[in-house]
Amino acid sequence: MAEIVQHHTYANGLTLLTQAMPHVRSATFALHLPAGLCRETPDQRGVGTLLAESIVRGAGNYGSKQLSVALDNLGVDRSESIGLFNLSLAAGTLGRNVPAALKLYADVVRRPHLPEGELEAAKELMLLDLAGLEDSPQEKVMLELKRRIYPEPFGRNQYGTPETIDRVTIDHVRAFYATHLRPHGAIFSVAGAIDPDEIRALVGELFGDWSGTELPDPLEEAFAPTSVHLEKETQQTQVALAVPSAPFTDVDYYAARGVVGVLSGGMSSRLFTEVREKRGLCYSVSAGHDTANRRGALVCYAGTRIERAQETLDVMLAELRRLTDGVAVEELDRLKTSLKTALVMQQESTGARAAAMAGDWFHLKRVRSLDEIVSAVNAIDDAAIQRYLERFPIRNPTVVTLGPTPLTIPV
Amino acid sequence: MAFHTHTLPNGLTLIGETIPTALSASFGFYVRTGSRDEIGAENGVSHFLEHMMFKGTARRTALEVNLDFDRIGADYNASTSEETTCYFATVLPEYLPTAIDILADIMRPSLREQDFDTEKQVILEEIKMYEDSPASMVWDRAKTHYFGDHPLGQSILGPSAGIAALSRGQMQDYFSRRYAPNNVVAVVCGAVDWDAVVACVEKQCGHWSGPTAARSDVRDHRPTPGVHLIPHAAATQENVLMLSRGAAAESPLRYAGALLATAVGDDSGSRIYWELVDPGLVENAGCMVDRAEGTGLFVATLTGDPEATGKNLKHLQRIFDEVQRDGITEDELTQAKNKVMSRIVRANERPKGRLHSLAGAWLYNREQGQADTEIARFDAVTTTDIRSYLDEYPIDKLTITAYGPLTTLVIDTLP
Repeated sequence: MAEIVQHHTYANGLTLLTQAMPHVRSATFALHLPAGLCRETPDQRGVGTLLAESIVRGAGNYGSKQLSVALDNLGVDRSESIGLFNLSLAAGTLGRNVPAALKLYADVVRRPHLPEGELEAAKELMLLDLAGLEDSPQEKVMLELKRRIYPEPFGRNQYGTPETIDRVTIDHVRAFYATHLRPHGAIFSVAGAIDPDEIRALVGELFGDWSGTELPDPLEEAFAPTSVHLEKETQQTQVALAVPSAPFTDVDYYAARGVVGVLSGGMSSRLFTEVREKRGLCYSVSAGHDTANRRGALVCYAGTRIERAQETLDVMLAELRRLTDGVAVEELDRLKTSLKTALVMQQESTGARAAAMAGDWFHLKRVRSLDEIVSAVNAIDDAAIQRYLERFPIRNPTVVTLGPTPLTIPV
Repeated sequence: MAFHTHTLPNGLTLIGETIPTALSASFGFYVRTGSRDEIGAENGVSHFLEHMMFKGTARRTALEVNLDFDRIGADYNASTSEETTCYFATVLPEYLPTAIDILADIMRPSLREQDFDTEKQVILEEIKMYEDSPASMVWDRAKTHYFGDHPLGQSILGPSAGIAALSRGQMQDYFSRRYAPNNVVAVVCGAVDWDAVVACVEKQCGHWSGPTAARSDVRDHRPTPGVHLIPHAAATQENVLMLSRGAAAESPLRYAGALLATAVGDDSGSRIYWELVDPGLVENAGCMVDRAEGTGLFVATLTGDPEATGKNLKHLQRIFDEVQRDGITEDELTQAKNKVMSRIVRANERPKGRLHSLAGAWLYNREQGQADTEIARFDAVTTTDIRSYLDEYPIDKLTITAYGPLTTLVIDTLP
C-alpha cells in the first residue's frame, strides 16, 4: 500500500510531517504548539484555554471577522483546542486551498492580535462551557477520573475553575503566548491532496525565521490516586474506573491495546457481552487506553440505572480480574483483524492520518510504518498479555461514580 | 466511479457505486421505516426492533452475530430515525461477501422472547441516559410541540411505560408490516465487484417475501407558532429549540434552505455566531435544516445561562426578522457555498461516508447522489432563490421549546 510519510525538522526545531494521499481531493492539517494545559501555573488555570479562544480573534493584517471570512472562503472547517501538552489548530479543506490557508495560519501562530477588548467574551464562553459540563454527566465523571489518576499537572482538563478564570488578564494570556508558542517541539502534520515538496518549502518560508528555544519539561507533583462519589440527582449512575497501564512509549503498549481489545474491541468483546448482552445492565459500557506524560491508564466506563449500578460495577471488575485466567487465541485473532482493518481504513481519512502522524511524532519522535504496527499487533499473544498483567496488575482501581447514591468499592 | 442499480423479483432494490481506488467497501440495508410509521401503543418499536435485529436468526445466536462481525474486523452499526432504519458495515474488500451474509441474515431475525426481555432493559437504560441529557430531551419535546398529531412528532425511543408494556407479538407485527422487500434498499460502495455483489444479494435476499409496504401519511405540516416552557430543575443550562417550517426532502428549494441555515447559523462565521457566540452571550447557538418526506424543518438552537434566555431569544428573533425581511447578502451566500461545497467533498471521500449520501439520494428522490451533482446544485443557488425560500418557508414564525431550570420565560417580542 502506498504510504509515504515525509518528515522534516527545520533549524529552529519545528517538525513538519506530510503524507500525500492519492485519490482524495481534500486535506487536513494540524498545527500542534507546545502551549498545553500542563504549562499553566496553578493560579492561572484557564489561561491556555483563553489563549486558544483568543488566538483566532484577529492576526497579521486581518481583524477577527476578516480572518474568519478569509478562512470560510477557502472552505476551511477549523477548530482550536488545548490538550495536556499542546495547543492545536486544525483545519480541513480542499487540498488546493492548503497553501493559502497555511499563509493565514502563519499570521495566527506568529502575529495574533490577542485583543484585550475580547477577553471578557472569551471568559464568558469558558464559564458557560464549565456550567454546561454539569449537563453532561458522562464527560464530567471521566474528567474527574483523570484528575484523580494522574499527578498534577497531568490530570488537567480545559475547563479551568471560575476563580482562576476570573483572575486571568490579557497580560497573562499574552505572556503565556510569548513563553510557550515556539517552534521547538511544534509539530505540523499535513495529509491529503498535497504536494509535500511545495508544503515543505512554504512552511520553511512562513516559519523558518521563527525563533525560540526548548522549554523544560514540567515536573510531576507527588500524589496518590483516590476514589470518590459525586452526588447528583440523575436518572443513571455514572461509573468510571481506572488502573495503571503501559504508556504509548512502553514496550508493553501493544499488550495494553490487546487488553482493551479483549475487553471492549467489538460487540463480542467481554465487557459488552457480560454487562450488556447477557445481563442488560446498561446501554453504554466500554474500556479504553489513555496516556498522560509517562503514565498510561486502562479506563472503563458504564452508565446504568441506580438500582443496577452496584451489579454493573461488580461485573466490570470481575471481567478485569478474569483477564489473568488467560485470553483465547480466537479472541486475539478477532482483535488483530479489527486493529489491522482500522489501520487500512485510516489511510482513507486525511484527518485520521494527520492525527496519527502527529501522535506518533509527539510520543516517539518518529512515525511508525504500517508494517511495524502490523507485526507488533501480530505478536500479541496470551503470554504477552500475562506479562503485561504482572507489570500492571488489576488491583486497587480508582473509581469515580456520579449519581444519587454511592456504591461499594470492593477491596 | 460508476453507479449501478438492480431490482430483485421480490421488489428489493440494490444500488451501488464502484470506486476502484478505495481501500474499503461499505454495505447497508436501508429500510423505509421509523417512528413516523408506528401506530399507537407501538411507539418506540422501530428503535427497539433495530436492537433486536442483532439478537440472532435461524442460523446464528446473538453472540454468533457479534462474533461473526468481529471476526472480519467490521466497522458496523445501525440507526433509527423518524423515517429510516439502517444496518451497515464497512470492511476490507475481501470480507465483503461475509459482511453481506451476516447483514442479510440479521434482516430476517428470530426475535426470541428471552432476548426480547433482556434487550428491553437495555432500551430502558438508553431512555434513562437521554433523560440525563437536556440537549437530547429538548429535541424530543420540541418535535412533539411543533408537529402535534403529525406522525413526525412521535418520539424515536418511545415512552418508558410504553416500552415496558410492549410485547414481542407487537414487534413481530410491525416487522411483518414494514420490513417487506419492496420497502428495503440495499446500498454498496467502494472497492467492489458489482456483478459479484448482485449475485450475493440475490442469493441472500431473493427468498424474502412480505406484503407490499407503503407510507400513508406524508402530508406537509403547518405548525402553530408559540412558546412552550418545560421546567426541569436538575438541568444547569437552558436548552432552547426554535422550529419553523422548512423544505421537504424532495423540494428543489432544499439547497437554498441549507445555504441559508449556514449563512445565518453555522457554528463559525455566521450571523448568529458573530452576534451571540463570539461575544460570549451563549454557550451554543446556531441553525440547521432537517428534511423529511413531505415536510421539513428549519431549526435554531440556543444553549446558555437560564437567566439570559429571554434576552438571547429576543436577539435571535431580531436576526430572524431581519433575514426574513432583507434576505442575505451576496457575500454571505458565497461564503456559505464555499463552506458547504468543501464539506461535501470531504464527507464523500470515504466509502463509509458515501454510503449514507447514496442511500439518502435514492430513498428520497431516486437520484444517484453524485457529489459533483450536489456541488453544482449548491453552486447554482442565487439570492433570488434564497428569497423564494424565505417567501415559501418564513424563518420568523417560530415554535419555541425551552427545557431547563426556568419556571417563567418572558420574551419581549413574542412570535
